Amino acid sequence: MSRTMLDKLWSAHEVRRGADGASLLWVDRHLVHEGSHHAFAALDGRGAEVAEPGLTFGVVDHYAPTRGRDTVADPAIRDMIARLEGNAARHGITLFGLRDPRQGIVHVLGPEQGLTLPGLLVTCGDSHTSTHGALGALAFGIGATQVAHVLATQTIWQAKPRAMRIRIDGRLGPAVTAKDVALHWIAKLGTGGAAGHAVEYAGTAVRALSMEGRMTLCNLSIEGGARFGMVTPDQVTFDYVKGRPFAPGVAAFDAAQADWAALASDAGAVFDRDVQIDAADIAPTVTWGTSPDQAAPITATVPSATDPGVRDALDYMGLQPGVPLDGIPVDQVFLGSCTNARIEDLRAAATLLRGRRAKVPGIVSPGSMPVRAQAEAEGLDRVFTEAGLEWVGSGCSMCVGMNGDIVAPGKRCASSTNRNFRGRQGRGARTHLMSPVMVAAAAVTGTLTDARPLLEGRE
Amino acid sequence: MSGWTTHDGQAVALPLGDVDTDQIIPARFMSTPRAAGYGGFLFHDLRDGDADFPLDRHAGCSVLVAGPNFGCGSSREAAVYALVDAGIRVVVAESFADIFAGNAVNNGVLPARVAQTGEILEALRDGPLPALIDLTMARLTIGGTGYSFDLPQTWRDKLINGWDDIDLTRAHTAEIETFRNTRRARAPWAWPSTPEPGPNPAIHPQGERP
Repeated sequence: MSRTMLDKLWSAHEVRRGADGASLLWVDRHLVHEGSHHAFAALDGRGAEVAEPGLTFGVVDHYAPTRGRDTVADPAIRDMIARLEGNAARHGITLFGLRDPRQGIVHVLGPEQGLTLPGLLVTCGDSHTSTHGALGALAFGIGATQVAHVLATQTIWQAKPRAMRIRIDGRLGPAVTAKDVALHWIAKLGTGGAAGHAVEYAGTAVRALSMEGRMTLCNLSIEGGARFGMVTPDQVTFDYVKGRPFAPGVAAFDAAQADWAALASDAGAVFDRDVQIDAADIAPTVTWGTSPDQAAPITATVPSATDPGVRDALDYMGLQPGVPLDGIPVDQVFLGSCTNARIEDLRAAATLLRGRRAKVPGIVSPGSMPVRAQAEAEGLDRVFTEAGLEWVGSGCSMCVGMNGDIVAPGKRCASSTNRNFRGRQGRGARTHLMSPVMVAAAAVTGTLTDARPLLEGRE
Repeated sequence: MSGWTTHDGQAVALPLGDVDTDQIIPARFMSTPRAAGYGGFLFHDLRDGDADFPLDRHAGCSVLVAGPNFGCGSSREAAVYALVDAGIRVVVAESFADIFAGNAVNNGVLPARVAQTGEILEALRDGPLPALIDLTMARLTIGGTGYSFDLPQTWRDKLINGWDDIDLTRAHTAEIETFRNTRRARAPWAWPSTPEPGPNPAIHPQGERP
């Protein structure tokens, strides 16, 4: 019987199956962050211990200040970080704290440190945990009650999702990135379009993506309703994993790689749903509304307000139907988040920004401190600062605004993040999602704009 | 958490689709300890300055009827805490985001998936109507009209019995231990290596140099 990668990953972790078909699954890696305080409180409330502290890792990211880290000024933020530090210390969990040179956003740090591997089951109390599926892991976001359950038992009850394959074949055009692929399919299928499904991304365009690109693609699965995203591990994956601090060492690597290579869906495997996308149909894409599926090519115009949902979104966004997206003025830019703040993202943005000045203010927050160090070694920090952008520390920052990095009411931000929900970047903030290179283009022109002409002769 | 079998309350319409958890509770409230109560945070920014917001115009409703894909976005369970603390026990929608639905059940809130939710929203257009929910029958009645809702058996059992997953799983401790040992023998690579001691050099993220 031919099996999908989902089938293989699922059965490799299934401890038992309940009467109604839900599975009790073994968790290989459990990542926690400051927001996990409710779960630790629940654990303490019942006097339980962490079952596998050696498989549990803590990261300071959601509330991490991006500036002034030595003395955290805001008492509420200081308290959130202290709570995680206390819980990690008390339960013997390795913590990547605020002053650790390895600190970063949990979905950047996990793969970067070699904590995330092909074939693992990874959970975290954050919906963008689907990111880790890019390495061929079964990775999904969970709520606080489930975090407490994983802490206490190192397992999780989960009904198996249906298998869906999104094939993207062909070659992506210039300045068309994994972010554009994701926004394209989400616009096509809707924010609930892949609900109840695990998405396996396949096709030649996916194979051609770097690990960073695959992570961006899997990261955004949840914005189309899919709790799981995954890519078959291949040589790109193995090369990425090899030599990372927590990954298998030289002696163990070959055996591990042999197991990982067997994870690919079998040739005759049947998916519950198949979606086919031609890479040539995808343009640099931006969102115009308040939901990630409200996206269109930069060459398009703001759609007409045919239904009340669109009317409300345009009203919130302060946009008129029929106006070309290219040319809409922005007040600021943000380059960061678990979606698009890896080294490749910073390089792409720097390619466009080099030798140019930004017309609007903006922040560049690397996905991790190692990414920051690498960018500085390559001189990218100077490209950003010479353009007039602020080069700051790593954390979730202005993607979710919990650390105080927010967009002011009514202000419009070109953002490399994942959610353009109302108020996501701050109360009344107007968010346009796009790729890092499109954020760079918006910085240079002060408007939403097509990055392609600005990249001519630069790549 | 105490279980429940039937619920008798008032249903109110929130005729919006794709209600994300950032709308249900804005992130800035999430550092608050649960004991402080989350009810006041529910739909905070949507309600603020809108005297017509359904939950304010019609106080005391415990059944919320909304558009499709309710609870999409962030996995924050705080969204459910806000609903619970504001007295909501049942949310009716054509569909729910996966993570939200699980979080709801874990807090005793029924995410009732009803195909004819559009019809119910229409019936609630002029204001709240009495609602009766029966978990055993997987039926609900709003304004005298009956509907079936879709709910996995385990979720129904959990809501009725107020079961806690940790207690349920504890019954399988030996099985989990056996699984762990077998996995460790078959896939030793699945356990993290110990990084080289000493100062942690910044590791070079991969990706081709420009």
